[in-house]
Amino acid sequence: MDLTQPTPRITPDSDERRGFRAWLPYQSTDPCCEPVAHIRAENLSIAYEGHQALRNVNLEINRGCITALVGPSGCGKTSFLMSLNRLTDLIQRCQVTGKLHMNELDVLAQTTDLLHLRRAVGMIFQKPTVFPFSIRKNLELPLREHGTHDRMRLNSGIENVLKQVGLWHEVKDRLDRPAQGLSGGQQQRLCLARALVLSPDVLMLDEPCSALDPISSGIVEDLIVSLRGHYTVLIVTHNLAQARRIADHIAFFWSFEGVGNLVEYGTAQTIFETPAHELTAAYISGARG
Amino acid sequence: MSRQSRHVQEYGTTAIIWMAATMVVIPFLWLIGDLLWNGWTHLSWSFVFSAPQNAGREGGIGPILMSTMLIVGVCMGVAVPMGLGTALFLSEYTRHDHVLGRLIRGSLDVLAGVPSIVFGLFGNALFCQALGLGFSILSGGLTLACMVLPILIRTAEESFRAISREQRLSAAALGLSQPTTIRTILLPAAMPGLLVGGTLGLGRAFAETAALIFTSGYVDRMPESLMDSGRSLAVHIYDLAMNVAGGNPNAFATALVLVGLLLIINLFSSWIATRWTSLNQLPA
Amino acid sequence: MISSSSNISSRSKGDYLLSGTVRLLALMAGGLLLLVVSFLIHESWPALQHIGFWRFFSDPDWYPTEDSYQLTPMIWGTIWATAGSVLLASPLGILSALFCHFYAPPLLSRWYRRMVELLAGIPSVVFGFWGLVVLVPLIGRWHPPGPSLLAGILILTLMIIPTIMLVAHASIAHVPVAYIHSASALGLSRWSMIWHIILPTTKVGLLTGILLGLARALGETMAVLMVCGNVVRTPSHLFDPIRTLTANIALEMAYALGDHRAALFVSGLLLMGLVVLFVSMAEGLRHRNTYVATK
Repeated sequence: MDLTQPTPRITPDSDERRGFRAWLPYQSTDPCCEPVAHIRAENLSIAYEGHQALRNVNLEINRGCITALVGPSGCGKTSFLMSLNRLTDLIQRCQVTGKLHMNELDVLAQTTDLLHLRRAVGMIFQKPTVFPFSIRKNLELPLREHGTHDRMRLNSGIENVLKQVGLWHEVKDRLDRPAQGLSGGQQQRLCLARALVLSPDVLMLDEPCSALDPISSGIVEDLIVSLRGHYTVLIVTHNLAQARRIADHIAFFWSFEGVGNLVEYGTAQTIFETPAHELTAAYISGARG
Repeated sequence: MSRQSRHVQEYGTTAIIWMAATMVVIPFLWLIGDLLWNGWTHLSWSFVFSAPQNAGREGGIGPILMSTMLIVGVCMGVAVPMGLGTALFLSEYTRHDHVLGRLIRGSLDVLAGVPSIVFGLFGNALFCQALGLGFSILSGGLTLACMVLPILIRTAEESFRAISREQRLSAAALGLSQPTTIRTILLPAAMPGLLVGGTLGLGRAFAETAALIFTSGYVDRMPESLMDSGRSLAVHIYDLAMNVAGGNPNAFATALVLVGLLLIINLFSSWIATRWTSLNQLPA
Repeated sequence: MISSSSNISSRSKGDYLLSGTVRLLALMAGGLLLLVVSFLIHESWPALQHIGFWRFFSDPDWYPTEDSYQLTPMIWGTIWATAGSVLLASPLGILSALFCHFYAPPLLSRWYRRMVELLAGIPSVVFGFWGLVVLVPLIGRWHPPGPSLLAGILILTLMIIPTIMLVAHASIAHVPVAYIHSASALGLSRWSMIWHIILPTTKVGLLTGILLGLARALGETMAVLMVCGNVVRTPSHLFDPIRTLTANIALEMAYALGDHRAALFVSGLLLMGLVVLFVSMAEGLRHRNTYVATK
């Protein structure tokens, strides 16, 4: 498969950043993405209370890839994620403009069935947000909500998804105990299971490891890697090493005078070895941000 | 659940919730509208300042307004220093989990829930009879003081506790004594909260009826001393509505005056509250 | 918690004076409850001695002048009026709180809340007066006589909606916003989110509000006194006039003497006991962790 397929929308303008060559050897992860655009943003802008948070993002995310969104805090990465499943609707006076397509679906259209959209787009937050009831009920709630009531199918669905996140053997004897009794890492995996139980197309993770200890973080990271090819994964991370380990593509955001911009987008290899923009180069070398 | 039935459920619940909200608004607007509509025509400066005539059917509410102010004055005059002192004790002189503090706090919580009519019984037995004050403005004011004390103490204690420990420590580091710290640091810092609590208590005192019927009495003459019986605005509304045929027009006007007073107090309180938060949000 | 013990500051003469004064005032305030209770017991003692507790339930009627002291009709009146209003006000109050948080546009939500706060501040005598002039004639035209249990329930409902709504509003505001975002991200509809996430996590707060409303309805005097008709009879349907315990005190205190007066104090004591029970239940709930896991 051709790794150069996704075209960076911001063209390299000069060669002056050659000096910033990546200083670590790059180990390429097995390419697995189909070069098929799954999510397409055109001139996407987001504003809160009239203040721009993200300006004119143009981006095509490939089906089945892991795409990492990196950049300093406050440059609109989370806002971008939240616009994809229209969680931005929950925030007062938040305006999203531009075009956003997921396959053929116009995400930003008034007529879009939000519940249907959100079913197809799973989301994991920075802090594990298990609901304050049992492990079983945490997983059953979305299933029931989307039409599964049959006991057998519920049980098998729960078992499959818990096995998928490697939690089954840890919790199979205490499915009816409060989910908040789990450790942080287990809670985050439960959240992942809760998102996967709806078999979404897209999975968005907003710094899923930042609230976890290194060991749990490693487990969750391996899990994310195992999702490659099955889901289109978007992950916001501040951990460049992690982005480098797991991502096929990197989207680099930067905030100019408080407004977030997509500076560079490309394969992980390109971004880490031959970044086109000097900001990218500075950021990944640790000189800025 | 199919997608169809989910939409039906969503529309249904939305409709029910809007209906419930409307059902709360309608009687409220109706009540305020009635008060304005029926009270406004009778309202004038002479109504506010002249004496009632013919059992209140005619004339105004001058003496009643005076009695009300005196009763509320006595109430706040007693309750504010007591409340302030107790709140200072609870927040500055005892640890939060101290046994005595917890006992006092618990007993005040219970007191806050006691129905006003029971305060009326208590006031009648203690102030009117045991202390021999009779039906008087003093008895009424003291009874109300017992009633509003728990609110005053709770809000005052909360505003003292909201002051950061650093402020107290820096005062102590400057070698200030406790009284000086309280006067120069704590009281000014807690002032907005104290004022909000005070206006809450004031509102309760103005609105009260049941606790006053057997303590300050019914007399609608201009009071000459605190030992005279005096009728409050709320009691006047009750008397006009229940015991005086043809008293309704003046009852409406009196109710409008009372609600207007409470509205002013309420606006003052929320003005302080918002000013306070906006001040606190400024960068230090 | 900030534990501001007195050893932070240096000690002086003024300090001792102030701490003494403050201590005295606090003891007085703390002793007030004891004073209230002991006066109530002292005043009701003659009745408990001469009449005894059980005669308040076994006497044939309430004719204090003829030494007959049956409180049962008043107790039933109080129970029905309180129960009816709580039954009506709880759903309305909770639904309006949900309306404010999840359904109303921001501006409307702010105004709606302001309005309910104002409603909470309107004196009970004004509610009673409005009920007497507007509501009672309306009910009378529909089903005479007019002053009735129904009128009492409706007015009390109006009076305790703000209590229930404001407490519910505050506890919904404490639900972590992450719950709401995750629920939406899972594609839960607004109502499913409310039903499965919001209501279970706030149920302690909602219950607290209901208990406080209950206590307010139970202790309310003026409004029920003015709209309920005050006939001493156990109500058999909604349109019967009733007399509550509180109204009974307010009506008869003016002329009651001797055992009659003491009997009124007994009913006051009873009332206080009930209200204290509900308030302390509400307080007990409030201090429990709100987000304990549920089944």
